[in-house]
This record gives sequence, C-alpha cells and structure tokens, in this order.
Amino acid sequence: MDVTGLSLTTITLFLPMVGLAILLFMNGETQKANLKWVAFATSIVTFVASVLMWINFDPSTADLQMVQRNTWAEVSLGESVINISYFVGVDGISMLLVLLTTFIMPISILGSFGSHIFEERGREKLYYIFLMLLEWSMIGVFVVHDLIIFYVFWEVTLVPMYFLIGIWGSEERIYAAVKFFLYTMAGSILMLIAILYVGNRSGTFSTYSAGGDIGVIERVQTWEGEGTYWDAADPEAEGEDAGFLLNSVESWLFLGFLVAFAIKVPIFPFHSWLPDAHVQAPTAGSVILAGVLLKMGTYGIVRFNLNLFPEATVAWAPTIAFLGVVGIIYGAWVSYAQDNVKKLVAYSSVSHLGFVVVGIFALNAQGLQGATLQMVNHGISTGGLFLIVGMLYERWHTKEMADYGGVWKVMPLFGAISLVISLSSMGLPGLNGFIGEFTILLGSLGSDYLGFVFTLLATLGVIMAAVYLLKMFQHVFMGELKRPLSSEDGYKLTWSEKAAFIPIIIMIFWMGIQPIVFFNMLDVSVDSIVALFVR
Amino acid sequence: MFESPTIAEFLAQSNLASTLPGTLLLAWTLLLVLIDLFAGEERAHWTPIAACIGLGISFVANVFVYSPAEGEQIALYGMFIADAFTGFLNMVILVATLIAVLMSWDYLNRADIHRGEYYILALISSAGAMFMVAANDLIIIFVALELLSIPLYILAAFRSIKNDGSELSLKSEESGMKYFILGAFSSAFLVFGAALVYGATGTTNIPQIFSIAGGIVGGTSAAAFYLLIGAALLVVGLGFKVAVVPFHMWTPDVYEGAPTPVTAFMSVTAKVGGFAALLRVLITGLSVLVLAEGGAAAWQSTTTIIAILTLVLGNFVAISQRNLKRMLAYSSIAHAGYIMVAVAAAGAADVADAATQSALVYMMAYMFTNLGAFAVVMAIEREDGSGGNIDDITGLAKTRPLMAMAMTIFMLSLTGIPLTAGFVGKFMIFSSAIQAGLFGLAVIGVLTSVVSAFYYVRVVVNMYLRDSEVDARPALETPYVRWAINISLAGTMIFGIFYPLATNLVSMVSIV
Repeated sequence: MDVTGLSLTTITLFLPMVGLAILLFMNGETQKANLKWVAFATSIVTFVASVLMWINFDPSTADLQMVQRNTWAEVSLGESVINISYFVGVDGISMLLVLLTTFIMPISILGSFGSHIFEERGREKLYYIFLMLLEWSMIGVFVVHDLIIFYVFWEVTLVPMYFLIGIWGSEERIYAAVKFFLYTMAGSILMLIAILYVGNRSGTFSTYSAGGDIGVIERVQTWEGEGTYWDAADPEAEGEDAGFLLNSVESWLFLGFLVAFAIKVPIFPFHSWLPDAHVQAPTAGSVILAGVLLKMGTYGIVRFNLNLFPEATVAWAPTIAFLGVVGIIYGAWVSYAQDNVKKLVAYSSVSHLGFVVVGIFALNAQGLQGATLQMVNHGISTGGLFLIVGMLYERWHTKEMADYGGVWKVMPLFGAISLVISLSSMGLPGLNGFIGEFTILLGSLGSDYLGFVFTLLATLGVIMAAVYLLKMFQHVFMGELKRPLSSEDGYKLTWSEKAAFIPIIIMIFWMGIQPIVFFNMLDVSVDSIVALFVR
Repeated sequence: MFESPTIAEFLAQSNLASTLPGTLLLAWTLLLVLIDLFAGEERAHWTPIAACIGLGISFVANVFVYSPAEGEQIALYGMFIADAFTGFLNMVILVATLIAVLMSWDYLNRADIHRGEYYILALISSAGAMFMVAANDLIIIFVALELLSIPLYILAAFRSIKNDGSELSLKSEESGMKYFILGAFSSAFLVFGAALVYGATGTTNIPQIFSIAGGIVGGTSAAAFYLLIGAALLVVGLGFKVAVVPFHMWTPDVYEGAPTPVTAFMSVTAKVGGFAALLRVLITGLSVLVLAEGGAAAWQSTTTIIAILTLVLGNFVAISQRNLKRMLAYSSIAHAGYIMVAVAAAGAADVADAATQSALVYMMAYMFTNLGAFAVVMAIEREDGSGGNIDDITGLAKTRPLMAMAMTIFMLSLTGIPLTAGFVGKFMIFSSAIQAGLFGLAVIGVLTSVVSAFYYVRVVVNMYLRDSEVDARPALETPYVRWAINISLAGTMIFGIFYPLATNLVSMVSIV
C-alpha cells in the first residue's frame, strides 16, 4: 500500500479549503456578486475530484485506497510513544459517503442563490466561508482513519453549522443553535475519553494498519487470539455473561462512542435537538444537516463501534436496534401530527434513520449494505424535501401546512418534482428509497441477532411514511389555492432552483433502477466488517 | 574551617550564568527605574518601550541558557535549577508579560494614570515568577513567591492612585487590599508548611527532601506525621495562589476590581508560578509519599478532590455571571481545575512526566487564550471602565468584525474545540488522566467542559446572533491592544493547528 505522497483523497479533502482561502481575500462591494460563484465553483471542482476518486476506486478489495499517512505528532506515554498521524483513505463505505457530501454541497449552494436571507441578515461572505469549512470537515470525517484527527474533524463540523443556524436561521434560531451545539458537544466529548483509552490500551490511534504499523482493528483481532481483550486487567470479565453490559470495559467504550454517534443520528431518545435545529436552519443548512451531517453518526457506528468493539456490538445489538425501531414508529407518528411542514420533514428523518440503525445492527451483509445505501438515499430525498420546503417558504413566507393548498395548479413542474421526491422518500419501488428500505428489511429478517418482530415493526414504518408524506403532499399541493401570490412571476422556478433539482431527480431514478452500481462499491468493504459477526 | 571563597570561585560555584534570564530581567528593571526617573513627563512612553526591550533581552538569554544541549543545570548552591521545565515556563511568563505590557500602555493612558512604576512593578513580578519556576528549594519558592506577589498587590490597587472617589478607584483599592490580606495569609500557610517539612527532613532542598523522605514514609515516627501535615500546608498555600477551590474566594472580587491588564497578567503569571512550584514540590520532592508500596502518591487523592471541586464550582458559577471580567475570573478558576487534573495524574509514578508536560502545554494555551480574551474585553470597555457586561458586546460582529472573530476563537479555545490551542491542552491533560487510571476525574473534566461551553458560547451568541440596539461605540483602543490581541490569536491558532510544535517544546521536560 502506498502510504506517502499526495493522494487523491487529500486533494479532495483540501479543495474546499482552497475555496475558503479565496473567499477570505474577496473584499468590497464589487466582489460581493462573485462570492456565491466562487463557493459554487469550489464545490463543483470538489465534486469532480471525488468522481475522479470513484473512477480510480477498485471495488474488488476491502483495503483502504488512495491512502496517505504522515506522522503528525507523538504523544509520550510512560516509556512508549503513540503516534497521531494524518491518515486518509477510502473504502467502499467512505467512498459512497464522500460522493454524497460533494454531491449535496453544490445543490445546497444553488439552493441559497436566490435566497432572501442575505437581504435580511447580510454577511454573505461569512455564509459561504462557513459552507466551505463545513464541507472540508464533513469530508474529513469520512476519510480520516486516525481517531484523534477524526475527533478533530468531528468537532469542527459543529462550529460552522452552529453559525449557519444561529445567524441565518428563523425566529427561534439562537435557542436552536445553542441547543444543537451543547447537545452534540456533550455527546462527542465523552467519545474523546473513550478514544484516549483506546489509544492508550492499543498503543496506536490509527484504526487500520498501514505502512508496517498495526492499527487498532488488527490489534483487537490479535487480542482475540491471545485470549485477552479491551479489559486487560481482568480477561475473565469478558464474554457474554450477565455482567458484561455494565461491567466490562469494552461495553463502556462502546457506549462512549455510541452516545456521540446516537446524538448525531439521532437515535431515539436523543433526537430532541433535531426538530429545533432543522426547523430554524436556513434551507442550505437543513439540506446539509439532513443530507450529510446525520450520516456522520451512522457512519461512525459502522466504522468504529462495529470494528473496534465486536463483542459489545453483539451484546448491545438488540437493544440499539429496538431503539431504532422505536425511532421509526415514533418519528413517523410525530411527523404525522405536525402542522408545520418543515417539522414534518424533520421528524421523518428520525424515522428514516431508524431504518439505518436497524440495518446496521442486523450485522449481516444485506443489513449493512442496505443501511449504507439508505444513508445516501435519505440524504438525497430528504435533502430534496428540504429544498422544496425552502422554495415554498421563499414564496409564501409560512411553514404552516394550513396556509398552503393548490400549489400544483400554479406550479405544475414544481408539483411534479415534489411528487417524485416524496414518493422516493416513501420508498416506492423503482425509486431509490425502496432499494435501501427493502434491503434493510431483508437483512433484519435474516439476521442472527434480531428477530422477525423487528422486521414487522419496521415494515409498519414504511406504511406510516406513506401516510405522513401523502398528507403533506395533499395539504400543500392539492385542493384550491388558498393564498395567491401578488404577481404571476413568483410562481416561476428560477434557473438555479431548477438546476438544483435536476441532479436529485437523476439520482433518484438511477439508484432506483440500477442499484447494482452502488452495491458493487460496498460489497467487499461490508463483507470485511460482517466477517466479525458470522456465527 | 569555613573559608570565604574568592569572587571568581563564588561565580564558578554558583553557576550564575544559568540564572541569567531572571537576573537580567531584574537588573534591567532597576535600570528602568532610572530611565523612568530621568526621562521626564514628555518622554513617558520610553518606559514601556524599555520594558519591552528588557523582556526581549531576557527571552534571548532564555533561549541560550535552555538550549536542549545544555541539559539540567544546578545553580546558586543547589537552590536554583535550570532545566527544560524552567526554560519553557520562562518563555510563557515572558510572552504573557509582553502581552500585558502592550495592554497596559493603552489602559493607563485611557484611565489617565500613566505612571512608569507600573511597568517596573510588572517586570519585578514577572522576574519573581521566573525564579519561582526555577526554584529547587522551599526557601527560594517562598522568596520568589513574595517577589511575584507583592508587586501584584500594588498593581491590583493601581487605579486608586487617581483618588477621585469613583466606584472604579474604590473597587481597585478594595481589590488590592483583599488580595494583599489573603495573599499574606496564604504565604503564612506556605511558610508553616515549609517549616514542618524542614522539621521532618532537616532540609529545604527539594531533591534532598525526596531522598530523606523515602526513609521516613511508612514509619510511625513523628517525622512522618509532620511531613504529611507540612505537605498539606504547602498545597494549601500554593492553592491560594493558583486559586483552586476551596481557596478561591478572593479571585472574583480581586479580578473584577483590578485594572483589566493587571487582571489578565495575574491570572496567568501567578498561576504559572504557583503551579510550577506545586509540581516541583509534589513530584520532585514528595512523590515518595505513598500510602501503599508501589501505589500512587498520597497527595493524589487530595489533588483529585480539589480538581473536582474546582472544575464543578468554577464552571457552574461562571454561568450566572453577567460581567465579562467576573465570568473570566470564574473561568480561570475552572482552568486551574483542569491543570489540577494533570497534577493529580502526576501522582501515578509512571505518568508523572506525561502529566507535567500536559500541564505545561495547558498553561501555555491558557496564557495565549486568556490574555487574548482579556485584551478584547479591555478594548471594548468604556473610558470609565464600564461596558464590560455581556450585553455590551451585543452585535460586536457587525461593528467590529475582526475583534468579534478573535473573541470567538478565544472562546472556542477556552471551550476546547479542536484546531485551537485549548483543545491541545485539554487533550493532553485528559490523556494523562486516563493513563493514570483516573477515569472518573477525566469524565467529570469533559462534562464540565460542556458546562463551560454554555457560557463561552453565550458570548459568541451575543456577538454574532443578536443585533445591537444601541449605536456602535467608537473604537477606543490603540494599536497596542490590537497587537496584544494579534499575538494571542497567533499563539492560539498556531499551537492549535500545529500540534507537534507544542509537544516538541515540552518533550524534554522531566522533573521526576
């Protein structure tokens, strides 16, 4: 494995920072009109770079690809020294999520082109700088394989999102921003303790082995052979006896990581920050939040919890999957009860990500593949739904469903697009949502760790999704037009709005009709994780 | 029997060269007295310039004396030690003093109390701190502590020299008085502790205490008892200086009343000096004080409890503060708690080095960040010293975008968000706590940082997310304050992003 030299991953990761640097030096009124173009161009170039990565990507190996690893710092530890390294690379799961990130970014930037928020709040330059910072840190989360650097990227995503919600959000933005910041920080800072313990115990912060250095994952597997484990002091405490969940170190480490990720996903009952943040965030913020940020949580569970703590994963799987199922039903139920259209979409995220959680903790190939694909699907369709809500709000300045009605009559193209995206979110066969949900249900049914009750309850969620999304569609788009706009021009979609929808629609159909392309990417990478759980 | 040595012999034996950074600064300060005396009214600005030059000279001397090749040197007949620990903290103290001098320049003019003595006192105090971090003997610790503290008492009351009866000058007077009484009180504890340790071991030299205490500990002799009491009193005395709970009561009043640059200065140098002495006494001198064979040092449980109390109280009380200076005062108590976590971790013998290094990095990060935050508070204060409330920075991002950005980065660094120096410090501290097996302490540490995020983020909320109802105030600050902010900002960012820089600087440190 080539581990030094500038890899394509590094280039993709740091392209947003180049855009940020250019934005920093753009001052004055004359440059103001160009800000959005610089941001947009940067995100497009980053997308192209990630597509280049995809072209170079070899789906037949589970090893990390396009790896770069440089020692960054040394931490002394008694007599030994632990390296912190800049260690980037992608496997199938990372690749797909990097593509999702770079795909969502230009769309969300396009979505804020004609936005009214700058007329009210100004500070356009700062806005695009934060978007670039956000893109950089999100890509970082998906490609970094050193626990400390991962934590750095993980925490840095908080800052730009906090400002995006806080400065350009709606009325209750300050409450929502502070809640978002404190809630997610409280979770992730416990992960720091767990990370420090992991590094201390295993003598490295790299998760994967590279360049002759053994990573944590390999170290864990050798321990298993030696009969010791995370709990070095008392190997007898390991194993699935009654005390394992609360008494073993591994179980606590698992929870330390899980709480951070569960808050981000969010897994029920850690979801209370999400409706506030989503509803108050500006459109681009909601799109990125739903599209990418939430996936950082599920990605973290797959990458770290499953790989580093396989025994604890097995022990906790039914419990967490149960919370996932509760999330599916609860999210759908609460979503149905909403009068606020943006809140409805926000709660639908809780429901959809419940599926992902169930898929992950099915701990078999179908479940994990479905879960990963569903992360992407949800990013695309819910990102699309938030775009729709944002465009409605730009025109009617209300989020109450009761104020809408008959939008399809005046905006036929917009109505058709919205129908497709809603159907995709519902999981209609032939569109992308179906593929993910179906595979997850298949996985949970065939799982050694979950029973068919999980499948049954999750299926209920599919039906409920149809109920609340059709309710939304009916209230907003059907019936008589309640509030005509003052001018006919308002009904027209601007070119940037149309342009934002085109890639979404393409992906919805492509992933629905030809999912094999994406499954192929994941196949081998997922198998290498699932191998830990084959009974 | 006892022949007095010739001057040449004295110089050779006392190894004065290795004390140069501190002694040069002190000598320069005496020169400064003359400069200030003869320069006259119209050349009053010579004093701060000369002060900066003195700091520069001392810094250069420090770089020469503490080049890694020199290793550890003992000077002044074993009372003074020049090692990597001293060298690193000397740099921290000198940079802190420089930033404080830059801030003072502006402040004194604004408050119309521009007196050259101010800088002289600040430099003496700084030299005292430099001797304190180099102390290898309980007597030097005491002398240096007084050299550090007495100028600070005067500085805290400095605003009252213009006795106009205003609330500000009264508060400053109160601040100096309070600090003096409690400071004298704590010195008494320290001296009494030193006396008991001397009674038990027959020496005040810290390495000798280590070797003699090894024979006493575990026995049932009176000496063992006195040693334990003496150690406890030393912790109390130094605990006052670094303001850890329950010895923190003086901090908020003193910090609020003192002139802002003085607050900034003492919140850093007094803590650096105090913690350096604490680390030396506890690790170098008393790490043999174990209760069970091979176990952690006896003072680990005490320092753990102090750390927990400090973290919880400092962070929770800071939430309810509306005055920025008062908030920063409580937050500085909380930060003393984080450094105390490292002290507690140093109780485990094999972690002592890692813990010391983490404490040093944390102090450096804290120095840059805290001074920067105080500089911003000072820059936005009105002439009469008001305007330092949390509501007064509302909308700062619109009126003063760069200032607001700097303050945001300082707040994030104090919270411990990655890419700032604060994160590097916290990361190293918690890492050493985990290595020492103090999981509970580490968890309390991180959870209280979430609490601290609450009040730090509130500052950012006010600057960025709320719009000011009042008109923007004219910028009062001079370029000197801006320089103070810039230096702090550069330190916070550089050591935050280039993590290895910090770790390499302290990698040689070992005081076991």
